[in-house]
Amino acid sequence: MARILVTVMLKPEILDPQGAAVRNALGRLGLTGVNDVRQGKQFVIELDGDLDADRDALLHKLAAELLANPVIEDYRLEVDAQATA
Amino acid sequence: MSTARVGVVTFPGSLDDGDAARAARVAGADVVRLWHADTDLSGCDAVILPGGFSYGDYLRCGAIARFSPMMAQVVEAARDGLPVLGICNGFQILCESHLLPGALIRNDHLHFICRDQRIQIENNTTAWTKDFPVAHEIVIPVKNGEGGYVADDRTLDMLEAQGRVIARYVGGNPNGSYRDIAGITNESGTVVGLMPHPEHAIDTLTGPTADGLPFFTSVMSFLNSAGHRTDAHAGVTA
Amino acid sequence: MSTTTRVVDTVQRAATTPDIEQPWADLGVKADEYARIREILGRRPTSAELAMYSVMWSEHCSYKSSKVHLRQFGDKQPKTDALLVGIGENAGVVDVGDGWAVTFKVESHNHPSYIEPYQGAATGVGGIVRDILAMGARPIAVMDSLRFGAPSHPDTTRVVSGIVAGVGGYGNCLGLPNIGGEAVFDPCYQGNPLVNALCVGAMRHEDIHLAKASGVGNLVVLYGARTGGDGIGGVSVLASESFDATGPAKRPAVQVGDPFMEKLLIECTLAMFQAHLVEGIQDLGGAGLSCATSELASNGDGGMRIHLERVPLRDATLTPEEILMSESQERMMAVVRPENIEAFMDICRRWDVIATVVGEVTDGTHLQVFWHDDLIVDVPPRTVAHDGPVYNRPFSRPQWLDARQADEPTAEKLPRPKTGEELRDALLSLLGSANLSSREWITSQYDRYVLGNTVLAMPDDAGIVRIDESSQRGIAVSLDCNSRFGALDPYLGAQLALSEAYRNVAVTGATPLAITDCLNFGSPEDPAVMWQFAEAVRGLADGCLELGTPVTGGNVSLYNQTGETAIHPTPVVGVLGVIDDVRTRVSIKGGRIGDVVLLLGTTAEEIAGGEWLHVAYGHIGGMPPQVNLAAEMALASLIRAVREHLTSAHDVSDGGLAIALAELVLRNDYGLSVQLPLQTEAFIALFSESVARAVVTVTVADVDAVMAAAAAAGVECTPIGHVTSDAALDIAGCFRLEVEQMRQPWQAALPAIMA
Repeated sequence: MARILVTVMLKPEILDPQGAAVRNALGRLGLTGVNDVRQGKQFVIELDGDLDADRDALLHKLAAELLANPVIEDYRLEVDAQATA
Repeated sequence: MSTARVGVVTFPGSLDDGDAARAARVAGADVVRLWHADTDLSGCDAVILPGGFSYGDYLRCGAIARFSPMMAQVVEAARDGLPVLGICNGFQILCESHLLPGALIRNDHLHFICRDQRIQIENNTTAWTKDFPVAHEIVIPVKNGEGGYVADDRTLDMLEAQGRVIARYVGGNPNGSYRDIAGITNESGTVVGLMPHPEHAIDTLTGPTADGLPFFTSVMSFLNSAGHRTDAHAGVTA
Repeated sequence: MSTTTRVVDTVQRAATTPDIEQPWADLGVKADEYARIREILGRRPTSAELAMYSVMWSEHCSYKSSKVHLRQFGDKQPKTDALLVGIGENAGVVDVGDGWAVTFKVESHNHPSYIEPYQGAATGVGGIVRDILAMGARPIAVMDSLRFGAPSHPDTTRVVSGIVAGVGGYGNCLGLPNIGGEAVFDPCYQGNPLVNALCVGAMRHEDIHLAKASGVGNLVVLYGARTGGDGIGGVSVLASESFDATGPAKRPAVQVGDPFMEKLLIECTLAMFQAHLVEGIQDLGGAGLSCATSELASNGDGGMRIHLERVPLRDATLTPEEILMSESQERMMAVVRPENIEAFMDICRRWDVIATVVGEVTDGTHLQVFWHDDLIVDVPPRTVAHDGPVYNRPFSRPQWLDARQADEPTAEKLPRPKTGEELRDALLSLLGSANLSSREWITSQYDRYVLGNTVLAMPDDAGIVRIDESSQRGIAVSLDCNSRFGALDPYLGAQLALSEAYRNVAVTGATPLAITDCLNFGSPEDPAVMWQFAEAVRGLADGCLELGTPVTGGNVSLYNQTGETAIHPTPVVGVLGVIDDVRTRVSIKGGRIGDVVLLLGTTAEEIAGGEWLHVAYGHIGGMPPQVNLAAEMALASLIRAVREHLTSAHDVSDGGLAIALAELVLRNDYGLSVQLPLQTEAFIALFSESVARAVVTVTVADVDAVMAAAAAAGVECTPIGHVTSDAALDIAGCFRLEVEQMRQPWQAALPAIMA
């Protein structure tokens, strides 16, 4: 079994209203020095069997096109080594 | 006797605060507009948390509003019996504040939905539903993007067993709420969370029906029956 | 610790280095325009000045191709007392009585909505709402006119779902009811979807605010969101000129809207108006600070000095040129007296809105922009904001139009349904078509209840909102266009859009008062397209003069084309009406069993450009329905006069009488038993799209009164049937359709397209 973590974040240059609202809330609740907050989402994908090269390539393609909106978002794909047997 | 004071809290991003205030006024209340950053309940006998997108609903709906100074007062007073009605975003804030169990999540069909919705009132003993007949069916607007009520089975069973499901969707569930739940109450029947919008159904000119008005007259009846008014401000409005 | 050393292109440097090559062509500036800038300034522009001129003289901001034609809206403006503020401000303002003023405007956000449908549509709504707010009004409702490509095209669902979610996401979060609009599918919009968003706002007469900076010493305040690199892709050539090392960071082409910030901006701005803290105000939209500063300064009575380094940034790497150009959303600029600034800042703090004094009104005549201590812009503001180039682009009637207009859809060439069964199937196919089926998939994603003043919303003919709870005064708005009519004849097409929007407002019982328009066309560099544009403007101006309803403002969107293929001419027309008591409005919903159904207006054989022809054959040919604005006015005043007798009313337009009757049945769950007039072929009676018609229901007792009023008004009035209890549309001698038989295809069509 393989577990893959895909993190999708707005591209750095794109405005993140969610992050900005959370940043302000953290400040109000007493956390000083909050420079920036970016809010993203994470997909945890569990696969039967190993992540072979074909599936890895397809996964990258789908992460870029489906999980992320390539116009405004980037993705990062990691294999969760601990959960991956 | 002085007119009961009903407070309507405005958070940054509240949208239906004016409508909730109008509905309470039509029901006969002396309406007080409360500001999220203030700490004074202004002697209100009951409080409405209106619909909207407080703080843009950006972290989770209601998650940031819950930490406002006014909510600290509302939570404390609610524990002492202050009637509180949370509508839509207000319901979400009540759940985030743990005054009500469960949570509200994204609609199962993933779209915002605004439609006229049939609802059955299942508990007409709460502070906010006592003017409804038993098992009464009404039509009021529902409008939400994250209105699916969820809780674990144990909580749902408890709510059912205690009669705390106060309203259920009929004729089609608009958002995937578990067990078609449209609204619930706390153990004492004073705090009610409701996903549909009774404040948008107080007359047939601007709403689909006037079926929503009894929510607001109910709290007036509740407050006017003996023993439910806070005394602190009696001199203020007398 | 930056390794880049920036050369600030100051005014002084510009004066002493006249021969430096500037990338004017890359910024879309033409050689003669660049020469004119040099002539105005008496030197070469600084890079910041060049950036400002390039964006303010762009088609989008300067209307340089359309201006010569748009003048007709002023030249042919009907005499009216209703217009308080006309074309040229952020939006026109109309007197609706009792001291109330209403401002409304429709604006396009077409291209961005193709690139990133959700954000494109969302920021389109945000932009028009700020325009309305900047007039001093509380925004009270929005509408959207949407056009998408072919329902079957693989890209259409992406565009539709994103745009609809964007319009809803932004408007819902702002707390503005969406009260109507249109959604049309046609292959001509495949690569060029149209998002035309309308906002309407209300205020007291004395609260009207204008975009002007006057009063020497008054402070210029920027408030709202921080400035980022949004929408400045084109200007990065300037930035790269100025950097000697790695070049600028990547700038996003997509603007992201923050409706929560906009909601705060609305409440904060209205609180300032109420406290009389604002001398002049302008929203920041296209061209951002360049536009706001030059507009405010040129409409004022002095100069303006701006300290650009004070602008709060989201991205610290922005260059001064980029800051001037940024189209970051949710920002406003206000002119405030020094003695009011503390109160102004208090309100901003209350609403968590960042506000910064970035400059002041001066006693000079120039707009001066400083970057720290360096003067980087020193221009007469009018030359930037108002004295841009004006083009008399060549236009000529395309030769192919003759063949198109001659291609009449005759019965011989394109056989029509004749038997009852064929007519029934024709109606069912229209009900299940992309353009006439239920819009619920779209409209259920929009909040129509918020603010508690919505009296009518989709699927009614017009939206109505109450503006005064004590007097029950309200306004009605409709937004319409059939672009196939424009493709057959742009002059008539524009008038037919006007005609329909006017009628939609009138059938609710409201009095039409004023117009806003969004003129969506292809490339002005194509003489055929330019001719279509010129004809549409001429048609609309002539039509407005005849109807007595002035154009108060609007928007032009050109270059809506893919390669050589332009969209159909799409002049979307918004009509604003007033109704003195919203309780007297007439709706599609209504009518009781036994009521008589009356057809108002005259039906001729007018099929070309209509929905039946589109659905059955996809044929574009022939001449559109005849325009008869006098008949529209007669119908409008008739309905107004007899509205208390009408139990329901519905305009007859797309799909003809058949669709109007079917929609009544679908909306009311009652039946209609109809006898078509014998003198007309059943197909024509059912599917012709002749103008100035409506179906109304009246109680039996009121029939004579309505007939007499119609006769007096010169409106043909034909009893065609009555309301029944059997939940079916029964056309005597033709067919009978149960309501559920009609509902099935009508409700299934849009969800099937989106599945």
